Amino acid sequence: MTGSAQPSRQMTAAQPLRVIIATDCGSTTTKAILIEKLGNEYRQTFRGEAPTTVEAPFEDVTRGVLNSLAELEELSGRKILDGERIITPNRAAQGEPRVGVDIYISTSSAGGGLQMMVAGAVQSMTGESAQRCALGAGAIVMDVLASNDGRLPHEKIERIRSLRPDMILLSGGTDGGTVTHVVEMAEYISAAEPRPRLGISYQLPLIYAGNKDARDRITEILGGKTSLVITDNIRPVLERENLGPARTKIHDLFLEHVMAQAPGYKKLLEWTGAPIMPTPAAVGLIMETIAKKENLNLIGVDIGGATTDVFSVFGGVFNRTVSANLGLSYSVSNVLAEAGLASILRWVPFTIEEQTLRNRIKNKMIRPTTIPQTLDELQIEQAIAREALRLALAHHASLATGLKGVQQERTISDIFEQKTSGESLIDMLQLDLIVGSGGILSHAPRRVQAMLMMVDAYEPLGVTRLSVDSIFMMPHLGVLSTVDEQAATDVFVRDCMIYLGTCVAPIGRGKDGERCADYTITFGEGRSPECGTLAFGDLRLFPLGRDDRAQIELRPAKQVDLGEGKGVSVTRDVRGGEVGLLLDGRGRPLQLPTDSQKRLAALIRWHRAVGLYPK
Amino acid sequence: MGHAYTPGLTVTERTVIRKPRLLPIPGTVLAKAGDRVRAETVVARAELPGKVHVVNVANLLGVAPDEVRDYLVKKEGEAVSQDEVIAENRPFIKWFKTEVRSPIRGKVESVSTITGQMLLREPPRPLERLAYVDGAVVDLHPAHGVTVETSCSMVQGIFGIGGETWGELVMAVDSPEKTLSASQLLPTMQNKIVAGGAFLGIETMKRAREIGVAALVVGGIHDKDLRELLGYDLGVAITGTEQVGFTLVITEGFGTIPMAAKTFELLAGHAGQKASISGATQIRAGVIRPEILIPWTTGSPDAGSAGRAVPATERSGIRIDDHVRVIRDPLFGRIGRVTALPTELRQIETESVVRVLVVTFADGTSAVIPRANVELMEG
Repeated sequence: MTGSAQPSRQMTAAQPLRVIIATDCGSTTTKAILIEKLGNEYRQTFRGEAPTTVEAPFEDVTRGVLNSLAELEELSGRKILDGERIITPNRAAQGEPRVGVDIYISTSSAGGGLQMMVAGAVQSMTGESAQRCALGAGAIVMDVLASNDGRLPHEKIERIRSLRPDMILLSGGTDGGTVTHVVEMAEYISAAEPRPRLGISYQLPLIYAGNKDARDRITEILGGKTSLVITDNIRPVLERENLGPARTKIHDLFLEHVMAQAPGYKKLLEWTGAPIMPTPAAVGLIMETIAKKENLNLIGVDIGGATTDVFSVFGGVFNRTVSANLGLSYSVSNVLAEAGLASILRWVPFTIEEQTLRNRIKNKMIRPTTIPQTLDELQIEQAIAREALRLALAHHASLATGLKGVQQERTISDIFEQKTSGESLIDMLQLDLIVGSGGILSHAPRRVQAMLMMVDAYEPLGVTRLSVDSIFMMPHLGVLSTVDEQAATDVFVRDCMIYLGTCVAPIGRGKDGERCADYTITFGEGRSPECGTLAFGDLRLFPLGRDDRAQIELRPAKQVDLGEGKGVSVTRDVRGGEVGLLLDGRGRPLQLPTDSQKRLAALIRWHRAVGLYPK
Repeated sequence: MGHAYTPGLTVTERTVIRKPRLLPIPGTVLAKAGDRVRAETVVARAELPGKVHVVNVANLLGVAPDEVRDYLVKKEGEAVSQDEVIAENRPFIKWFKTEVRSPIRGKVESVSTITGQMLLREPPRPLERLAYVDGAVVDLHPAHGVTVETSCSMVQGIFGIGGETWGELVMAVDSPEKTLSASQLLPTMQNKIVAGGAFLGIETMKRAREIGVAALVVGGIHDKDLRELLGYDLGVAITGTEQVGFTLVITEGFGTIPMAAKTFELLAGHAGQKASISGATQIRAGVIRPEILIPWTTGSPDAGSAGRAVPATERSGIRIDDHVRVIRDPLFGRIGRVTALPTELRQIETESVVRVLVVTFADGTSAVIPRANVELMEG
């Protein structure tokens, strides 16, 4: 490596970006994309990937980055590298239109991402605020400690000592309130003498974002034992959260301490034209940006091999959670442990012995990179995915809440708008869009499989649009949005999102075959309307292309609600996608027949109705 | 470049292994560069700070936290023994006297006038790092440990539980297809590493615990037996700290799967020799495989000819004629030879379009298999 710092950060302010490369350094693969301005819009044009090289024998993340860029060079015909230096800016002005790029940006979750421990005074108040703060910053929260978390003091100290987080966020108390509890937590942390996960020669970063009156005392207790950073209280008053300053500090420390300890990152930090972001923080940022721009309520999910991230924006309030042990390869066995065998088996359209299924799931755990080769293996994986998605959303809903135990206060900027105290913000009836990401959804052999997995797992209510991320480029676009929001949204809309269609799901229950709702679907010019009766237990799919719209009028049975009240007719404009318009008459909440034979028959009927699998 | 290549498990008669043996916290390194060490040799030692116990003196005495220092009998840094008085009040009437006693032996770590708490710390606990494998110290890491090098035969398993141990290697079955039953475990196998064939069940595991077998090595087990052994459903493959009475290494996967012939023959060829074994597995970034290491001792053929040992080499991809193991149903566990590597993508039964290869098995039959679903048999 020639060790060449890139002056791109300064350069970006001076001239508009026309050619952009972005990488996401994941724990196993480094994914590079090329974005170019074609006419008046930005498009993602090529992608390359290579194994991540943070671990031995390479122990230098830039090797994987260079390999992924070399693949990008081969595919695109653009010369990006001069030896081991990224050529910036692009040389179109010098008569070499296929040489160089204007900026290089990156996200990273390699080496396990950002792992944090958080502590607060009261678990359901500052403890949860601290957790939301760390999760929103893209961290995996290893544990939440609080004065009232039910553990004895020595158990807390042992726990702090045994964890090796990248950093700790300590909060507690409102400004001007009691200092006792937060000082107590500081004393425990001090007694535990926590050590950082990476590097043995530097002090563990600790952010204090609690009662400002306790700052001197906290400095006295922790100043000598940790790399202490003090910032504004995340809960200055009970009625308000102030997560922004602490999140900013988390990102700063992530770059200054954690990244600087990871192999090769010092070099990578010199190459990038914008600060490197933790991958989930970047995904959250692009989702938040799009939701605000389009005024949408959305849920986004990224289901990976080890973890499942869930993002939501409801009423402008952003939340993120990560279910650290729900995934489809490394953590597949944990889905079985958490959901239980019966919950997985209910989605499998054939009978299989428990022992066989258990062994197959464990074999996927120990050989996580294998792919389903037979149809029944695919169906089992998609059954497990439904449960992982369901559990991760339940986890998210429990944390994406208003502030607990306090009066409501409506505020602007970086705080929660609260409805009822402590109520979940996730309201499926108000949900406009579900965005799915991760191999099982993005690379399902048939798009309808991705759509039905999300519908079965999330049970959307009323009218909801669904989409998937084409090649998992949301991290790249998140970090790009910090540099050029227009470029990020252009690519997000045109290349990243694949709209699957719209699901219409009446709320209510009834016997199979009973009338659920009558419908009339009016399409565009040249296509006859579709009229009919949706019965309970029915699943109907109407083709409706990506750029097509239709109007649906639904006249529900008296016990059925479409969002306007029981028995009240509704008319909605709906948009199509690669799958189309799905009418889901299976009832909400969705319950599968308990009798095994009836369940199998129902599954097979539904699968055939939407063409889920090959015959 | 992006290449579809699944690194396999190493099964090799001769390799050179370097094992960093490091303390989790700084301590004292006891071995010197060039020292010959045995598995049980202590190469480094540290003192783990003792457990901390919290006593809320203010609450127990019914005084304000900022007054707590006035009532202390023991000050910061002073030693205390269990049940010794550490704080007390001084009432006018003796009957109302309250004493706070230490729940542990140790010393007073700190006293807080904000919370009224006294933190007591137990004496430090010694932590020893052993060599784990017979070999020579080739590198020193001051205050942290050493690197031990050994020339050995090596078998990597796919999954294991339990930590590092060592013992004499014995074969309990005579063919890789056979099941290792409980009755085949004999009292003479105490503290030994016992290798079986295709499968062992929960009864064999229980018997191993009774006898005190050091470790079991087998082709496959059932997940339900693992759950019974552990007492819980294992969620992620990060293991090595389980305490089930023995170390367990499986070489093929879950189910009844004959141990690969090469693995079985290698183990059988070293029966009677001392081996080191670890069940520690981490199937995540920074992968750790369970392993059986059989050092070449002074009695072994070619012993001392370290120059002839073959260090592990990096592979760049799968090639024609490579031996591979199929690692996904429907042919899970079959071992064959790569006979074609078509470059074009193929649609498989699931309708996914993937890169494939053709594997020919010993019986002459062939199958088209996604490249992601085979594992190279390395070594």
